[in-house]
Amino acid sequence: MYRYDDYDQAIVDARVEEFRDQTRRRLAGELSEDQFKPLRLMNGLYLQLHAYMLRVAIPYGTLSAPQMRMLAHIARTYDKDYGHFTTRQNLQYNWIKLADAPDILAQLATVQMHAIQTSGNCIRNISSDQYAGAAAAEVEDPRPWAELLRQWSTFHPEFLFLPRKFKIAVVACEEDRTAVQLHDIGLQLHRNDSGEVGFRVFVGGGMGRTPMIAPVIREFLPKAQLISYLEACLRVYNRFGRRDNLYKARIKILVHELGADEYRRQVEEEFLHTQTLGLDAPQAEFERIAAGFAPPAFETGLSDDVDRSDPDFAVWLDKQVAAHKAPGYAIVNISLKPTDGIPGDASSAQIDLMADLAEAYSFGELRITHAQNVVLPHVRKADLQAIWQKLDAAGLATPNLDLIGDIIACPGLDYCSLANARSIPLAQKIAGRFGDLERQRDLGELKIKISGCINACGHHHAGHIGILGVDRKGEENYQLSFGGSGAEDASLAKIIGPGFSEDGVVEAIEKAVGVYTSLRADGERFLDTYRRVGEAPFKEAIYG
Amino acid sequence: MKILTGNDLVTGDVTWWTGDGWSRHIEHAVDVDSQGEAIAAAEEAARRVNGPYVIQATMTEAGPRPAHIKDRIRAVGPTVRPDLGLKPADPTIGDWVI
Amino acid sequence: MGDLIRFRDDETHEEPAVTLDSFLEQSNATAIRLEPTDDPRALIPFLDRLSLIEVAFPKFRDGRGFSIASILREAGYTGELRAAGDILVDQIVPLRRCGFDAILSEAEIDREVAAKLAALYGNVYQKTVDGRAPVWARRSDPTHG
Repeated sequence: MYRYDDYDQAIVDARVEEFRDQTRRRLAGELSEDQFKPLRLMNGLYLQLHAYMLRVAIPYGTLSAPQMRMLAHIARTYDKDYGHFTTRQNLQYNWIKLADAPDILAQLATVQMHAIQTSGNCIRNISSDQYAGAAAAEVEDPRPWAELLRQWSTFHPEFLFLPRKFKIAVVACEEDRTAVQLHDIGLQLHRNDSGEVGFRVFVGGGMGRTPMIAPVIREFLPKAQLISYLEACLRVYNRFGRRDNLYKARIKILVHELGADEYRRQVEEEFLHTQTLGLDAPQAEFERIAAGFAPPAFETGLSDDVDRSDPDFAVWLDKQVAAHKAPGYAIVNISLKPTDGIPGDASSAQIDLMADLAEAYSFGELRITHAQNVVLPHVRKADLQAIWQKLDAAGLATPNLDLIGDIIACPGLDYCSLANARSIPLAQKIAGRFGDLERQRDLGELKIKISGCINACGHHHAGHIGILGVDRKGEENYQLSFGGSGAEDASLAKIIGPGFSEDGVVEAIEKAVGVYTSLRADGERFLDTYRRVGEAPFKEAIYG
Repeated sequence: MKILTGNDLVTGDVTWWTGDGWSRHIEHAVDVDSQGEAIAAAEEAARRVNGPYVIQATMTEAGPRPAHIKDRIRAVGPTVRPDLGLKPADPTIGDWVI
Repeated sequence: MGDLIRFRDDETHEEPAVTLDSFLEQSNATAIRLEPTDDPRALIPFLDRLSLIEVAFPKFRDGRGFSIASILREAGYTGELRAAGDILVDQIVPLRRCGFDAILSEAEIDREVAAKLAALYGNVYQKTVDGRAPVWARRSDPTHG
């Protein structure tokens, strides 16, 4: 993993001091809330329903065991003993006091973490593939590029007051675990016909009120020009993105209104100019960063055999463990989705346990996924059973990865001041209805994603089944959509019909699942069947 | 009735206007009638509250009940974690919200 | 009209600033005021004879002026570049990094806070028009400023 040098540390430390002073000025009345709000947001501090909420960045979803332990320590010391992992690979604390926030940031800085630009109309935390550096199929590890972008985007003076927030993802596989086409900018490393590796650049994807799948704005960008190209993309957006209407201010609207061709033309024109400015760091700097992501010292000659005699372990193995590029190793997915739990929540004790397991079995490394789960990326197959036993004892071994119980849910109206309806109780009801894990496995991959408002933090547009909570005359109501995907076969879910109460949604999903099981062809997922047969039989079953 | 609510500037706690100060307990909230905005402005300027706003509520035997579910949830805490709310001993408090 | 802070040693320019349209129509003005929607590149042929370009910030959240300033400096403008309008003290550091060397704030700027903030960030990650060496340059050659 990348380690800060003195420069990185000095910059993060400076931010802590700056925010300490801003907080002091706010509490002393020198700053109004209107003035303080953008400043606190750029440090990840929101005012939510019950308290302040602090969003801590987990850059590209990678963190070390000591960093994970610090997250637990902060939860225990300053919050109510738990944290919430988000769909943007971050961690949120729900019960923060404003006066404590500078101290928390100072503590985070001691383990090379921060909350910089986790909110505000600026470039947000860079997301990436949770299997980066471990997946066999990747072109190269995308994280050095993500770290380069973390540094470049940190306090980038030109882009701190963009029309709206800006999310960038970097991946290096064709298989997409990051929803790369649903970001403001998605960067996909790939090999061109001459065998060179460069970026495919998607611009203008996003969810929210107006979901869009990003068009490819450049099929191949040489790696060494990444920064000067992104400067061009962002400058065109900063100058011409709409500022008259909050809901039309994201870059997707600019790209859509200009058309991909015209946006591309403007970017290319600006890029001709930015290339002359010497904005890209030299190769040596990239190599310095990449050295931080050198593969761990994998043992050789390990066996790939795993003793499957314990049936419960075998079930977990088949569901939660993915192939690793190194022989004898595996990737472990830790489920933060127990049937009666809160998607993405983990107690301090659980966070500590995951840190311990990473230290003992995964070269001290962990990953956070956009589906609100945790990954141990580099585990010896020989250790899998021991890991499973410890996870199971802590309620972290529900074998439901990508199944109907592995629901993405935003915090919703239980916590969030923007929400119109609660998300978590609905997720719990659905998970409970389909609580039989054998049935879940029979239904196969089925991604349910729930957002409590139009901002779509729960990625409902990308759900095989997407659910959007709305406020209908003061009552919680839920719109049901089908056919979305945030993977390499990205698509936007379509609303099936009139909305439902909480219980009505559960019944409607039961009916939709019934349609799927009666119509599915061999090997078809729910999504495949829906795409093949269309919405009619689902609509008929639900409303007929 | 109309009641005034906001969050404590320093702690972020949900607070309710009691007529002469702020309380974390909605039972202490009083009808502010047409005075809500004026009180809110003065209290915000004095940094005793953050983001105050006036809401509709009805008086019940158990105290004021906000018209909107959002403020009912603010009054009791997250319905999925009754243990963390103001009435942890009452696991059915979530029902009051709906 | 506001609180002016200058980070240059020459005399303050007294001539009233004209709009981009009137300048382009026919003007010998040496001071101009750009709105966020104006195209700064329209001024490139005339940069030599301008001694003040004022860039409007109608709201502090409107960040277009940051790009306008960067473009003007990248094009070689050396005269005074003034950010004018709704500006927070906390924005002065990024404004200066984008090439502004004067701030005309509607509200009074706390000089002590401004100085403290300016002193905080000895290291920067990006190469910009302010000429400071980014950390990636300093890493390979620590003698860089």
